[in-house]
Amino acid sequence: MTRPARLRVDFIGCDGRGLCAAALPELITLDDWGFPIVSDRDVPSRLLGDARATVRACPKLALRLDARR
Amino acid sequence: MSAVLGGSQALWFVSRASGLAVLTALSAAVVAGVAARLGPGSRRRLAAGELHRTLALFCVAFLGLHVVTAIADPYVRMGWAAAVLPLASPYRTLAIGLGALAVDLGGAVLITSLIRRRLGYRVWRAVHWLAYLSWPAAFGHAVTAGSDLRIWWAALVLWGCAAAVATAVIARLLARLRRPGGPDPAVPAAVALR
Amino acid sequence: MSDGLLLAGPAAGYEPAPSGLGRRQRAALIAEVDRAGLTGRGGAGFPTARKLAAVAAGHAPVVVANGTEGEPASAKDRVLMTRSPQLVLDGAVLAAEITGASEAVVVVHRDVREIIDEAVAERARVRLDRVRLEVRTAAEGFVAGQASAVVRWVQRGVPAPTATPPRLAQRGLRGAPTLVQNVETLAHLALIARYGAAWFRSAGTPAEPGTMLVTVLGAVRRPGVLEVGIGTPVGRLLDLAGGASAPPQALLLGGYFGAWVAADLALDRPFSSAGLADLGTRPGAGLVAVLPAGACGLAATARLVRYLAGESAGQCGPCRFGLPAIAGQVERIADGRGADPGLLRRWLGQVDGRGGCAHPDGVVRLVRSALRTFGPVEVGPVPVGPGPVGGSR
Repeated sequence: MTRPARLRVDFIGCDGRGLCAAALPELITLDDWGFPIVSDRDVPSRLLGDARATVRACPKLALRLDARR
Repeated sequence: MSAVLGGSQALWFVSRASGLAVLTALSAAVVAGVAARLGPGSRRRLAAGELHRTLALFCVAFLGLHVVTAIADPYVRMGWAAAVLPLASPYRTLAIGLGALAVDLGGAVLITSLIRRRLGYRVWRAVHWLAYLSWPAAFGHAVTAGSDLRIWWAALVLWGCAAAVATAVIARLLARLRRPGGPDPAVPAAVALR
Repeated sequence: MSDGLLLAGPAAGYEPAPSGLGRRQRAALIAEVDRAGLTGRGGAGFPTARKLAAVAAGHAPVVVANGTEGEPASAKDRVLMTRSPQLVLDGAVLAAEITGASEAVVVVHRDVREIIDEAVAERARVRLDRVRLEVRTAAEGFVAGQASAVVRWVQRGVPAPTATPPRLAQRGLRGAPTLVQNVETLAHLALIARYGAAWFRSAGTPAEPGTMLVTVLGAVRRPGVLEVGIGTPVGRLLDLAGGASAPPQALLLGGYFGAWVAADLALDRPFSSAGLADLGTRPGAGLVAVLPAGACGLAATARLVRYLAGESAGQCGPCRFGLPAIAGQVERIADGRGADPGLLRRWLGQVDGRGGCAHPDGVVRLVRSALRTFGPVEVGPVPVGPGPVGGSR
């Protein structure tokens, strides 16, 4: 049973390389300057695996999946 | 006796083959790694990043095979320490030593990458630059310890790897000189700043 | 209303502060601060007792007294440190004793460095404190006063905010649990320790007790820093500053990160979070700037936004690229060149809340309020309720 989780961006670490938006377009889009806009809703369970893979894909470790308490 | 020699031959064969495989996988990993950083478009960078990680794991697998078969081979006495301690092998110390150096550097990169969330980006990145040193060590090992350079296609693979890595590294250096450490947004800022 | 002890300096004649506290005394003091209802005076308004308790729970914490005052229009911290340096240091030492820290780093605006150095030397001469006091000059710049930026400045000489996990109360300066508190908050702390929660609550409102320092500037006859009870009507603040020097058009409440409010809406409001909430702002770091009739609010805002855009630490893309873009649009509106409201609305939305600190959020609030107050352009809902206004995050 997986807990609800949200994607969070560390904007200080983020360089706007855009891999996350390419990996998970269902939940991540880019703003006008190339930086990720991440939905603040819970990640749907069917996308949790993809979300984790996307978190791993970020070359700056700027994406996190925070389990909500 | 011939059984032992036969077994030794097999080990040596596997060792050579896996050695070539490691160098190829490592070279491809370097190229993929640079593509992950410079690749035009975020899609390509994403794919290159995943490829880079996969190839790195192949390196580990082939390397394991290469080291085990080389040391287990009774024809040459090296001792297990020679795999990680650059001066431990009495047999062809420099050649094996370069290999051990490559293992050490690669090992550092592997371990830090597995725990990079804990370490934080900065520390992980600093160690990852060491990866650029592991390739010359591996290549130096291949050239000095390898016995297959006389085989034309093996030499071709070897020098092809060198050419690919050299290209990638030059591209990486040029990119860094042009824009040292600045952000690299997927959408050029000039477009957005209207 | 209280006697205004904050700015009285030595003339206040307060008794020596409690020191050498045992564990029970520390807990009792935190409870007293909690009863007093003291909240941070650096802009964010976080309950001080909770912060003290969180840091006290950690091992070998350290206290940072934040007297940076990065907001150029605000003068309250400098005036406080000039008039009552010992009170501020009392508060810093007390905060250290309460949390179990053996050291307090006092980061001060360069204008008051000498005064604080002298005050610390005075204390050292009589060996007043067990706690070690270290004084550092603050960095210049708007975001330099942000809590994590102050810590990073002290530690590494870089006055830029850091990513929030881990929180400063868990791991901050030199990896230790860190209490960052505005110097005014520490001054209040020192007074509460002497005179008690009931005394503190005799000023202000029941929900927001105590006094605060406000900087009144702009079109008033005697701009300056005042100590007032929270909830004092805004119009009264202007009176205390000598009254308006010209008919006021609008007020900027809460600082550069606050909001513009039309004068007729603002003047009879209590200067408190509750009083200003539905106007889209909070007292914040206590800035009240008066724009006279005839001045162009949009032009003033354009200058502010351009300044704030330049003050971005530059660490986060949306802030670094978005703020200059927004500044450009506001300048176009102010010049009468015409701007695309859809574009401005879009960019404000893309920048809000998307940074490592509250800098972009503050700019968004400022711009939206300016357009609501001065312009025909509607660009988004009135933000209701408190939002981060500087301070730590």
